[in-house]
Amino acid sequence: MAAAGGIEVKLIGAWPSPFVLRARIALNLKGVEYEFLQEKFEEKSELLLRSNPVYKKIPVLLHHGKPICESMIIVEYVDEAWPAAGRAILPADPYERALHRFWASYVDDKLNPSGAALSKAQTEEAKVEAAGQVIAGLKLLEEAFGRLSKGEGFFGGDDIGYVDIALGCFLGWLKVTEKTSGVKFIDEEKMPLLARWAERFCAHEAVKAVMPEPERLAEFARKRAASAKTPPAN
Amino acid sequence: MDPPSSLKLLGSWADSHTHRVQLALKLKGLEFEYQEEDAINPSPALLLHNPVYKKVPVLLHSDRPVVESVIILQYIDETWADNPIMPADPFERAVARFWCHFAEDKLAPAVGAVFSSSGEGQKTAVDQVHDNLKLLERELRDGAFKEKRFFGGDKIGLLDIVLGCGSYWLAVFEEVMEVKLVDPGTFPVFHAWLKDFEEQNEVKETIPAIDKLLEYARGIRQMMLSLSNGTSTTAPAAAGTTSAINVAVDGSSG
Repeated sequence: MAAAGGIEVKLIGAWPSPFVLRARIALNLKGVEYEFLQEKFEEKSELLLRSNPVYKKIPVLLHHGKPICESMIIVEYVDEAWPAAGRAILPADPYERALHRFWASYVDDKLNPSGAALSKAQTEEAKVEAAGQVIAGLKLLEEAFGRLSKGEGFFGGDDIGYVDIALGCFLGWLKVTEKTSGVKFIDEEKMPLLARWAERFCAHEAVKAVMPEPERLAEFARKRAASAKTPPAN
Repeated sequence: MDPPSSLKLLGSWADSHTHRVQLALKLKGLEFEYQEEDAINPSPALLLHNPVYKKVPVLLHSDRPVVESVIILQYIDETWADNPIMPADPFERAVARFWCHFAEDKLAPAVGAVFSSSGEGQKTAVDQVHDNLKLLERELRDGAFKEKRFFGGDKIGLLDIVLGCGSYWLAVFEEVMEVKLVDPGTFPVFHAWLKDFEEQNEVKETIPAIDKLLEYARGIRQMMLSLSNGTSTTAPAAAGTTSAINVAVDGSSG
């Protein structure tokens, strides 16, 4: 519900950023109305610099003007600030919560850096090595899916949860990388659970309106490479 | 003999992440069994219960493993509700989690870099530590933690545990490396908080004696210097020493 005189929830972000996408999906899952403040790519806004002086990065959630930074911290905040809305993003049981937090951290601590290494790899050898690391990481997540989903369609069970958001935000960029590298990361035969999950995730109501099309991301990447700049992202 | 506890902690005596868990368990008044692990030779139990990272700390609760110290701390807080270590308010929780992330992501690596470098590289690392401490000092003085005794308020909370268990390395490195990291003149509020934190009974019972930490740090530094032959500004530490330093300062990977 919007407060009198203005929207009480604002999200500072940029449409190509998978980290920003995490925050948007969480807000959508909870049915929270928010104003999206698109950052310019060339220059960080005063508001961003003031709201996240430590990292100066997106996403930043502003709730009643108070800033919350770091994408998965924002997701957890959304879950806790709107507990009655939508569905719980983290499970109720403390042990399950610990497992979900573990795998979400794994995505950020291991999988994402190995993806970054792949995009920076210069030699064929380095690319093969880096791609191998990404696939090894995804294989662990394939196994984790079996454990966390309890036979349902998402890491979060019958609906999108914390780990789905942590991993799913990268699916658009993953498709772009698959095209440019020729490597199939989520192979239907080797990772059947993740392959089906990926389709389900991208088709979800809370995701499809905000997840950019791979073609649009690829175009964005081409333009950025041409001007040799990188988008601000967490 | 007491009945076996349902809680068992796999840890390393000089590992700050292990101390975090030990302190949290103490603050909650929870009994637990402790098993010392050698970072270079992990036990079968450690490999079984933390196959992904193969690192301490690992908390076993009725044989179910929880890993990653900040995740363990939240697990403990959510399982045993008395003496909460997380704030109740969602915004304050987000702030605590943010600064925990900062501690792991920025501060700890900078402190570790001071220890593993020399010459120009060390000067850069010291400057990084100071830059990071400035951010914390500002937050303590004017920001989210203004006029609070601890980051958690009147009592020690999650962020105190995360920052506090590791901050003793600052004093150790100051002595071993002969650098000034926490000048009370430059960081008065942080310095005062640290002294207060270290005086708490549960903290005194958890953190090893400073002379043991000094001896440990000196031993590793010697090993590193003899390996690098003092030729590089950032010591290319061998896997063993790197993991030993990482265990000490960064602990498990998260």
